[in-house]
Amino acid sequence: MTSLVKFIFGSVLLILSFGVSASADVQSELRAVSQQLVGAKLRAMPAIVEQLEVGGEAALPMLEAMLNGRLFVRKSDKLIVIGDRQEDGDYALVDALSAEPLAALPKKRLKKVKVNNRLRVQLRDIIARVTLSSVNADIRESAVRNMLNKLSERNILMLAQAKKVETDSRVMSLIELALAINVLKTSDIQAERLSALETMDGSLEPVVFNTLSALLAQDDAGNTLEADSVVREKALVLQNSIQRKIDFYGLMEQLFFGLSLGSVLLLVATGLAITFGVMGVINMAHGELIMIGAYTAYVVQLLMPNALEYSILVAIPMAFLVAGAVGVLIQRCVIRFLHGRPLETLLATFGISLILQQAVRSIFSPLNRQVVSPSWLSGSLELNPVFFLTYNRLYILLFALLVFFILQLVLKRTSLGLNVRAVSQNRDMAKAIGIRTEWVDAMTFGLGSGIAGIAGVALSQLTNVGPNLGQAYIIDSFMVVVFGGVGNLWGTLVGAFSLGVLNKFLEPVTGAVLANIIILVSIILFIQKRPRGLFPQKGRAAE
Amino acid sequence: MNTIRNQFSSLHDLREKAPLFLAILFGITLYASACNLWVPEDSIFYVSTYTITLLGKYLCYALLALAVDVVWGYCGILSLGHGAFFALGGYTMGMYLMRQIGDRGVYGDPILPDFMVFLNWQELPWFWHGFDQFWVAMLAMILVPGLLAFVFGWLAFRSRVAGVYLSIMTQALTYALMLAFFRNEMGFGGNNGLTDFKDILGFSLQSDNVRVALFLCSAVVLAIAYCLSLMIMSSRFGRVIMSVRDEEDRARFIGFKTENYKVSLFVYSAILAAVAGALYVPQVGIINPGEFSPLNSIEIVVWVAVGGRGTLYGAIVGALLVNYAKTRFTAVFPEAWLFALGALFVSVTIFLPQGLMGLLKGKRLPTDKLFFWRKGRKTEEETV
Repeated sequence: MTSLVKFIFGSVLLILSFGVSASADVQSELRAVSQQLVGAKLRAMPAIVEQLEVGGEAALPMLEAMLNGRLFVRKSDKLIVIGDRQEDGDYALVDALSAEPLAALPKKRLKKVKVNNRLRVQLRDIIARVTLSSVNADIRESAVRNMLNKLSERNILMLAQAKKVETDSRVMSLIELALAINVLKTSDIQAERLSALETMDGSLEPVVFNTLSALLAQDDAGNTLEADSVVREKALVLQNSIQRKIDFYGLMEQLFFGLSLGSVLLLVATGLAITFGVMGVINMAHGELIMIGAYTAYVVQLLMPNALEYSILVAIPMAFLVAGAVGVLIQRCVIRFLHGRPLETLLATFGISLILQQAVRSIFSPLNRQVVSPSWLSGSLELNPVFFLTYNRLYILLFALLVFFILQLVLKRTSLGLNVRAVSQNRDMAKAIGIRTEWVDAMTFGLGSGIAGIAGVALSQLTNVGPNLGQAYIIDSFMVVVFGGVGNLWGTLVGAFSLGVLNKFLEPVTGAVLANIIILVSIILFIQKRPRGLFPQKGRAAE
Repeated sequence: MNTIRNQFSSLHDLREKAPLFLAILFGITLYASACNLWVPEDSIFYVSTYTITLLGKYLCYALLALAVDVVWGYCGILSLGHGAFFALGGYTMGMYLMRQIGDRGVYGDPILPDFMVFLNWQELPWFWHGFDQFWVAMLAMILVPGLLAFVFGWLAFRSRVAGVYLSIMTQALTYALMLAFFRNEMGFGGNNGLTDFKDILGFSLQSDNVRVALFLCSAVVLAIAYCLSLMIMSSRFGRVIMSVRDEEDRARFIGFKTENYKVSLFVYSAILAAVAGALYVPQVGIINPGEFSPLNSIEIVVWVAVGGRGTLYGAIVGALLVNYAKTRFTAVFPEAWLFALGALFVSVTIFLPQGLMGLLKGKRLPTDKLFFWRKGRKTEEETV
């Protein structure tokens, strides 16, 4: 039965990979060649590796493992294996050719197959050629991109072959680009070269820009290296248009970084906008509630070591609950007694922040802890070769907006929100019509604290988690709330994003620290001009 | 009516206490100095130079607390940035001391301080010129923080930024200054600050006599500041200041330009803090940007709160007590200090809104104690 399955599976593979991988002949030949790697000198390796190319996709895992330094020789029987380090320090092994799992071994019973830089270049080249015929368009694309950097005659021939059968438009345009660059370099016919340049128009691949620069380069005496002036002019036009595009995307990138910083500011300030803006309570321990959220993420990660990918999803509600509970506790035990005395509240909550900081330092040690990012949060979204959006920043941006809008819904659509708004507008009247103001106060404070906790989880993805995490953000978040206008959540949104973007646009000019200082000072000056912030609350409630 | 009577009685109280306060202050400082200079080292009455320096440090803190009490206790301006003025005063003194090192530094450059040689600077930045003269440094010590306080106060009070907003703004101010002073490009020694001082006015900073002299200087300055503040607060100016604290709108309607009063008081307080900083630096031998940190500024406030705001001696007692506790705590169990400080913040604000002095006053006058909660509530609402 199993053999039948293997047979069917093998046949499918056979069809898919143009009849190389499962063929017994190739298998045994490959094994023979690969065994030559055992004990081979580095000097002899290129020739052996060259022969591996005939194996096609069957040799691919081995080539890739070799490139990444994961290829080993088992000392006991000289078998070539691929090894991955496990958590206990031993290496999990699979056969390099058949991918059959083998018993794990400690490091000392394996011998690494050595590679040097020259070999790495060769390996990349071979992998590119082998994967050029892959069924997966993404793999083909990266193969072509690899080849772009090394346009040997052989590669050009293969690309020309591949062009005939290529169906994916992205890969197609890359192949055309590669061929065009080749024409530009080798051909003497002006019309051909001009049409090659036409193909390259608007491409943001770094290799295109380099090719154009090489075309326009001058020698030391100031003579142009390129004799043909028509080609030169055309190249100059192209280079300028590409440069403009690169500048534009550079600006977009700055904007993205600014929005990303703004989203972090929004997250840390939203909780404060509720406790300070809506309730009028100055909570200097807000930063420490953020820190508690971040440590919750750390603890959740410790508790579920087998599901690191999803621990962050568990951590978000947990952090909300933990930080919210701490917030309610603070409100019930301290802030309640200081109602209507904002300056005293400020001092008392500052005391609480010191206690919380020291408590965390005693429990978790003063050292920074790291929260592992799940794989779906790492990496980046590549929109074009010069403009990437890293996933963690992108997700945090979306997450911050999501939290903000959920909060808006809670405040505008639920009975708790109605009560909160009633109490914040006129406490006595709210009390008179039967709203339990004490309870509403505690819940509001819990809500604001819970959001601080969520912000902590998000921050744990960007920085290390330490006892001083909150301190770094407390002044910034107060600035955002005061700048946006107390009592106005939309003001907080606008304030956070404008400060974030402004900061990131100042940074390249002035440096990070000076940008920070300039922003602080300008907010101080702004508040003198408009003491109630960007969007002041109107009406009697503001008094 | 009740408030006015209270103010009169407390002023009366202070007038009675000023001579007593001065007697206690000079009694202790002179005794400690004498025991340091003239008692042999093996005697049990000997006071070590370390203790003298420590006491001198406490006196500087007391002066700083006095500065905060003047604005917070009497005018309701809770400044969370007085550490900035203290540090600025300290830096002016530090710059003078730095220039006094001359060619005795590690690199032996006659003009440039060590850190500038290290950063490969060729000449002295313009703002360092003249700091080899003591009087220039003293002038800068008064002018720089005074000017900063004037500009900040003028902008803030004129546009009626008050209460919590003002507190947060002052905190942002000291935070911005801290970030700025951490930069090497600023020319104040960056992260390491200014240190390795050799002598002041030609006297070596290491000698016992100079230490004692600095200690006595601190005591004299504290006494002068105390008496001056006492006089200011019992003058017509002081009455207006207190009326601003209790009911600013009413004071404005009567016709006082309250912002002018507030700015003047803020500048006076900033200069007191700067003097404290300038006395502090030669005694501890270092000034670095850490002094600007918001935590330091807020600690000053808690000294005042513990002692009892609105009573000048309360601030001084609070500063001495809390700092003594800090020295003991950090020596015995360092981890517990932040717990203790935090608990102090919380318990003082909830249980002792008038500080220790309020407690004492309550004990002496049982009728006052009976209405203690009411009196507390009154001033609380009005300082907001």
